[in-house]
Amino acid sequence: MSTFAIVANDEFKAPGVEIFQLPPLWEGAPFWLTKPVVLAVVSALGICLLAWSAFAKPKLVPRGLQNVGEMGYTFVRDQVGRPFLGKDTDKWMGLLLSLFFLVWIWNLLAVVPGINFPVNSHIAFPAVLAIIIYLLKIYLGIRHQGFVGYFKGMMFPPGVPKFMYVLLAPIEFLQNMIFAPFTHAVRLFANMFAGHIILAFFSLVGFHFLITHLTPAGFTLGVLGVVMTILMTAFEMFIQFLQAFLFSLLAAMYIGQGLHAEH
Amino acid sequence: MTLAASLFTVASEEGNNPLLPHTYELVVGGLAFFVVVIVVGKILVPRIQKTLAERTAAIEGGIERAEKAQAEAQSTLESYKEELAKARHDAARLTAEAREQAAQIKAELREEAQAEARRLIEAAHAQIEADRQQAFVQLRSEIGRLSVDLAGRIVGESLEDQARQSRIIDRFLDELDDQSRERVGS
Repeated sequence: MSTFAIVANDEFKAPGVEIFQLPPLWEGAPFWLTKPVVLAVVSALGICLLAWSAFAKPKLVPRGLQNVGEMGYTFVRDQVGRPFLGKDTDKWMGLLLSLFFLVWIWNLLAVVPGINFPVNSHIAFPAVLAIIIYLLKIYLGIRHQGFVGYFKGMMFPPGVPKFMYVLLAPIEFLQNMIFAPFTHAVRLFANMFAGHIILAFFSLVGFHFLITHLTPAGFTLGVLGVVMTILMTAFEMFIQFLQAFLFSLLAAMYIGQGLHAEH
Repeated sequence: MTLAASLFTVASEEGNNPLLPHTYELVVGGLAFFVVVIVVGKILVPRIQKTLAERTAAIEGGIERAEKAQAEAQSTLESYKEELAKARHDAARLTAEAREQAAQIKAELREEAQAEARRLIEAAHAQIEADRQQAFVQLRSEIGRLSVDLAGRIVGESLEDQARQSRIIDRFLDELDDQSRERVGS
């Protein structure tokens, strides 16, 4: 398990899980004061600051940052909220917009030079967001459909032959109550985790073969590593956006399921 | 940097499963999300929603105003066109009337002038006839007297007999008449 990235001899070792295990920021700092914790808080404050300068005093004719903010807002409203929430979208936009931008910025830090760490590659961050949405979904479901109505609508969807419920009811229950929040969190976590490993691997290839162990034979490999790092960075930026979009989309879907029984 | 740091971590900590969340990260993540939801979701999103609604209303109002203005312009144009057509029609009618009147006046004037000319000619004719008659009567008596005188002198005797005298005169005059008619006729 404990593999060393750079060993004493000239051998190349691919980076592994250890790149996610970060100590406190300095010797003697509280155990919880680690890089992802600081990044998570700073990102949240940064989003608040940006949103404040964009939306604090909104103008009828938008200027500068308000334009950008409105683009983000209308994107989340039209692509994330409306497909699942329809007329209720405006009521939930505060939550969805916060969720989308927080997840996106947490992802985006993976490719910011000097930071290079996706907060969501630590499963606790996607997990806590997924748990919040999960609790909200159940709360809304029981409040709007009643306790019995909610679970009946979930486990016994109409339009299915009676004997199928023997099979369907437990599957639906497991799917909605156990798997949904788990996949919700793990999908985001795994994408960011894998993406970070890929970027670390290719940049280490470049670093190892071009700088620390430059040899004529390894040169091509080193150049390939650098090129792949650049390509994968672009690809990761796409994945980061996609996963943030998907995470908030699923949140909107779960909220919608809580508000209205499925048909 | 991360790599170098991770070396120490791995060395010091054991069993760091990436699928098991750290409690402190759960707390920090939840708090971070809570802060963003309060500041962005509760305070700022309603503001931008209000602005977007106001903008929609403003645009709708603007479109409505523009439509109204356009309709007004259209109706004004229609009425102007109508008036212009009416004016053209009136002008055409007036021109036709004037032309007709002019023709009528011309005809009347011509007729009047012709009548006047005819009247003048007739008056001239009558005058000429009267003059001629008068001249003729005068001439007749004059010629009669002269002829009698002349004849008396030639014959040497006065013609006492009135009847004979006038008969001679008449015959003479008739001859004169015939002569003059022949002259006129030739």
